[in-house]
Amino acid sequence: MNTRAIRLPGSSLMTGSIFRLKTVNWSELPRTLFNKLGIPVISILLFLLLWNVIASHIQTSLGKVPGPVQVWDQAVALYQEHEAAKAREARFYARQEKRNAEVLARNPNARVKIYPYTGSPTFFDQIETSIITVMTGFLIASIIAIPIGILCGLSNTIYTALNPIIQTFKPVSPLAWLPIITLIVSAVYVSNDPMFSKSYIVSALTVTLCCMWPTIINTTVGVSSIDKDLVNVSRVLRLSWFTNVYKIVLPSSVPMMFAGLRVSLGIGWMVLIAAEMLAQNPGLGKFVWDEFQNGSSNSLARIMVAVIAIGLIGYVLDRLMLLLQRAVSWDKSAVIR
Amino acid sequence: MNNEKHLEISHVSIEFPTPKGPFKALDSVDLDISRGEFVSLIGHSGCGKSTVLNIIAGLYQATAGGIILDSREVDEPGPDRAVVFQNHSLLPWLTAFENVELAVKQVFKGKKSRSEMRDWIVHNLKLVHMEHAMHKRPNEISGGMKQRVGIARALAMEPKVLLMDEPFGALDALTRAHMQDSLIEIQARLNNTVIMITHDVDEAVLLSDRIVMMTNGPAATIGEILQVDLPRPRDRIKMANDPRYNYYRSEVLKFLYERQKQPSEKEMPADTDNGASQPGDTADSAKGKEKEAAA
Repeated sequence: MNTRAIRLPGSSLMTGSIFRLKTVNWSELPRTLFNKLGIPVISILLFLLLWNVIASHIQTSLGKVPGPVQVWDQAVALYQEHEAAKAREARFYARQEKRNAEVLARNPNARVKIYPYTGSPTFFDQIETSIITVMTGFLIASIIAIPIGILCGLSNTIYTALNPIIQTFKPVSPLAWLPIITLIVSAVYVSNDPMFSKSYIVSALTVTLCCMWPTIINTTVGVSSIDKDLVNVSRVLRLSWFTNVYKIVLPSSVPMMFAGLRVSLGIGWMVLIAAEMLAQNPGLGKFVWDEFQNGSSNSLARIMVAVIAIGLIGYVLDRLMLLLQRAVSWDKSAVIR
Repeated sequence: MNNEKHLEISHVSIEFPTPKGPFKALDSVDLDISRGEFVSLIGHSGCGKSTVLNIIAGLYQATAGGIILDSREVDEPGPDRAVVFQNHSLLPWLTAFENVELAVKQVFKGKKSRSEMRDWIVHNLKLVHMEHAMHKRPNEISGGMKQRVGIARALAMEPKVLLMDEPFGALDALTRAHMQDSLIEIQARLNNTVIMITHDVDEAVLLSDRIVMMTNGPAATIGEILQVDLPRPRDRIKMANDPRYNYYRSEVLKFLYERQKQPSEKEMPADTDNGASQPGDTADSAKGKEKEAAA
């Protein structure tokens, strides 16, 4: 009975292979566990050790560079601050409810109003803002980039026409876009009762402008490298332009398109932090900036918490895109990593 | 008689632009094919067999001359000239049923009802003995089965002419023999007009009414045409001992290996066969885009 379906040493968690219980060879289990879990754990521990040693030797104006322990303490502190703020908010609303109830008891016709809580956002609120902002920017970018990519892939003329523009704007830094976008948004988005804050729109649009290029380019390549036989099938069938795109072009370029979308989301997330710093959008970028300006003895550790949070969220976003790619991809056997 | 000209290939020549100037792949190909006839095109690699087929399909435009099908000129691809490609060319994200459905919906839109279309798809899949794997995707079935679905898709379009570009070339010998028998059976029932490209002398003799032998390129043209007067239905085992079968076979072999000896490698022209080497610049520009993405 051959039940060896376990991967060779060297393959890691990254391959996304599912641990299939049915084919587990129990005598191999310890080795598999070591390969899949032991190696990453050991490498992380070694990293923390190295960090600790190096950090304790660097003196800054805010004291020693914090090691893993201080950073962990600050992570806990940030969580506690968040809990405390939530409790304050709950009490604030409870007080209002109570006061309103009393007013209504005295005079049933009285007009009562609930005032919104205006406490400063906590670290976790800022994470939420950042994710919403990056997703907004990324969605707008995808909506623009995928159709352009398809057009460029289908028509060599459009590709030749747009390519210089795409290649010119692709390497532009978000920091260069930001002032332009800020001025334009300020001029165009004028409203007495704005639905979104300007900083949110500026940050999201900066993300859009910086992260649409990989999707355009990858979609173009995906569409233009469709199997020639399939193109001929489409021609022989005289499929309409729309049917051709929907039935043949899109499915066959999905892998390349998603490769582009994943790169785009990664870039978008990086760009967002910088954009939030300058646009003062209340997300992780502003958190880092405020801590830097604050300059307390805890600031460095708190910024490091943000750095790790940014990294982990970026990783999770990428995994989510991967899951989405698997869900929409027709070739379930292809290794996507 | 309805034996008036069904498909006319007259004085077809084609030149492909290359950086070194135009390359003449075909020179004045002339052939008339009548309804229900099975014609094989045979010749060495690079002789432009596929180019002829692609011109009939409308995928390439002849530089000179033209194709007339039922008194209408062919100038673009269409489902009345269904093509079975060498590499099945099924859409990998659709099941066998859906692949045929794509063609049927396109051809019979407004002419057949939903359930009629369904029955027609199933009927065609049954014809190629694929009804058991209707709902499988191409990567779940064997090479021979994929080619069967490809044939079902082509037949389901009810084409005036069925064009087959080395349909069994990518299959192993046993599967190929099996597919040839299936094709004989289908042909006996439907009596389609078929033009098939092949490298295989036995296949050509076994299946064809006429074998068109092409000279070597560049500027390839029809060398000889062999009328195969073997009674149908043909049985491969009986044929093996039939002196007429062996005579036809040796005639084709003599043409290919004596009169049209394969030119030495050095003199081989750029491969225009298979349709894979797209003339012109589209393929190059796709590569260029790829490079940029990699950068």
